[in-house]
Amino acid sequence: MSAILVIGELNEGVVASHTFELLAAARSLSDAGGGDVHALVPGDSSVGQSLFGGGADAVHVATNQLLQTELTVDAFLPPVLNVIENTGADIVLIAQTAFGRDFGPALAFNLKAAVAMECTGLTLDGGRLQATRACYGGSARAEVKWGSSVQIVTIKPKTLDALATDDSRSGEVTEVSEVGEARVKILGTEKAEATGIRLEDAEVVVSGGRGLGEPEAFGILEELGNLLNGATGASRAACDLGWYPPSQQVGLTGKTVTPNLYIAVAISGASQHMAGMSGSKNIVAINRDEDSNMVQSSRFAVIEDYKKVIPALIEEIKNLG
Amino acid sequence: MNIVVCVKQVPDPETPASQFAVDEAAKRVIPAQGIAPVVNPYDPQATEAALRLRDAAGEGTITVISLGPDSARDAIKHALAMGADEGILLSDPSFEGIDNFQTAAILAETIKKVGIPDLILMGRAAADWDMGVVPIGVAQLLDIPCVTVAKAVEVGDGNITVERVLDDGFETVETTLPAVVSVSNEFGEPRYPQLRQIMLAAKKNVEVWDKESLGLDPASVGSDNRLLALEALYVPKVESNVEVIQGDSPEEKARNLALKLREAKLI
Ligand SMILES: Cc1cc2nc3c(=O)[nH]c(=O)nc-3n(C[C@H](O)[C@H](O)[C@H](O)COP(=O)(O)OP(=O)(O)OC[C@H]3O[C@@H](n4cnc5c(N)ncnc54)[C@H](O)[C@@H]3O)c2cc1C
Ligand SMILES: Nc1ncnc2c1ncn2[C@@H]1O[C@H](COP(=O)(O)O)[C@@H](O)[C@H]1O
Repeated sequence: MSAILVIGELNEGVVASHTFELLAAARSLSDAGGGDVHALVPGDSSVGQSLFGGGADAVHVATNQLLQTELTVDAFLPPVLNVIENTGADIVLIAQTAFGRDFGPALAFNLKAAVAMECTGLTLDGGRLQATRACYGGSARAEVKWGSSVQIVTIKPKTLDALATDDSRSGEVTEVSEVGEARVKILGTEKAEATGIRLEDAEVVVSGGRGLGEPEAFGILEELGNLLNGATGASRAACDLGWYPPSQQVGLTGKTVTPNLYIAVAISGASQHMAGMSGSKNIVAINRDEDSNMVQSSRFAVIEDYKKVIPALIEEIKNLG
Repeated sequence: MNIVVCVKQVPDPETPASQFAVDEAAKRVIPAQGIAPVVNPYDPQATEAALRLRDAAGEGTITVISLGPDSARDAIKHALAMGADEGILLSDPSFEGIDNFQTAAILAETIKKVGIPDLILMGRAAADWDMGVVPIGVAQLLDIPCVTVAKAVEVGDGNITVERVLDDGFETVETTLPAVVSVSNEFGEPRYPQLRQIMLAAKKNVEVWDKESLGLDPASVGSDNRLLALEALYVPKVESNVEVIQGDSPEEKARNLALKLREAKLI
């Protein structure tokens, strides 16, 4: 009997939004014949209940306190291996977070199973998983299948929608008490300064690239972003130059954003940048180069020096009210 | 302070989209004309970290390992030119088309053969498959701790402190040595080898190890033994239907864009 296991994470004491996105993916695989949806999250039974509403058929919580305060790969492996063994789960879904991108491979090597990172399309073919994933910096797509019995997948947050909460669903939460010995000790964390709307949650994102020429230019992008109730992002080139914090980087190695409106200012549109924003519903490019990939990938483009366009655009938007 | 650095050769990730092509039948990227493969961009950063740690310790050997075709020797030479001491190329016809599970297994086997060093440094991910699996895999197989996506590394007495990049900030962690650490671009620019160093590195010997010299079980390697099977590889189609906003001046273009955005109910 096959089953699907969703590995959940907590965010400030509550189940993280990306866990619900994984549950949505698990539900559709379940509907296609993938078996029951199990979810495992560090925490206590109160935390576990919300997972039923998100689509789980069975919920497990790893109750050891260490996992709730300092989630590390070594500490979480034993409870996860326990639940995989007890449920016979052969599909394991993990979020591609700072934790999940380490945990997925570690779990895979423990189980002598394959892991495919950052998958997008998941389907079942004869009961076995098939997935699509971007590779070569977003220039290519690969279709993969697993040769191992357990099939491990990571999914980048914000690439799927969670299901609407179904309050009629509930059930018993199973507690798992194991914990592994943490070999890596967390000495401290430093949160990036969060000003305004989170990049991943914003409906409008204004991003700047190397073509801005100077870090100060981000000031005017922030002004435009604020005016549109949006967030400000950056290309890696701009982040590597120290012009903007890496937590605001969009792309393959940065955040994935899918806003309604993405305004790319002086960004060329390298595949690795597109990998993080090509799911935006509407792309606007401000660029001097009409042939640039960003312009060619956009819905609207202004071919002009951004220095002349952005201040004028801010004025025009203010005038429109 | 003995360090192993693992470097991979990849197609240049800056290859323009117009020149990036895939042989769908062979499920392989077609090398772009006139664009040489490069060292995976994070791997010189791993090498840079190794050099700084060795030099701070005042002693030790940096061994560079690359698994790949004969051309991957260039990736090793690059690290040698930066200042690394020794190079080993893992090359065998059966290594072509293997998955990262096998790559990690062969690297781990090699590292056992050369002797587990104090530290193993790698890049955060290889720019071909964009996975970031091998460092964690090697650590699991050697049963030593792993810290990924490092921004800064400091070695103490039998332990290591790493500042790493999180989704929303940074974290400082500590672990015991030996360990695997993967390095990210936030580490900073690696040094660029000078011509003289490149010439010297060219003369350095790179050992070549194959399946036999590693004593690998033939049934465990080869593209037929992939745990992750590649069913298809293709370039996604993108159609352009951009509307270029017209206007006689930047101001007029800005006005026309604002009007378009309003009309489309985007602002
Ligand atoms: C493994 C790997 C991972 C990567 N991950 C990421 C990632 O996550 N995110 C990311 O963004 N990149 C990533 N990159 C880098 C990526 O390949 C590109 O190098 C980067 O996105 C380029 O940034 P850019 O567009 O700002 O700069 P450039 O490519 O230099 O483009 C600058 C643009 O500005 C325009 N311009 C210049 N002046 C003006 C002006 N005055 N007005 C208007 N337009 C102007 C130019 O026409 C050009 O199009 C990665 C690369 C690798 C190898
Ligand atoms: N074939 C290889 N030879 C040497 N090192 C490799 C190889 N493949 C991966 N690595 C190392 O593992 C890192 C991450 O690669 P990957 O897990 O494939 O994304 C790279 O940056 C290298 O340091």
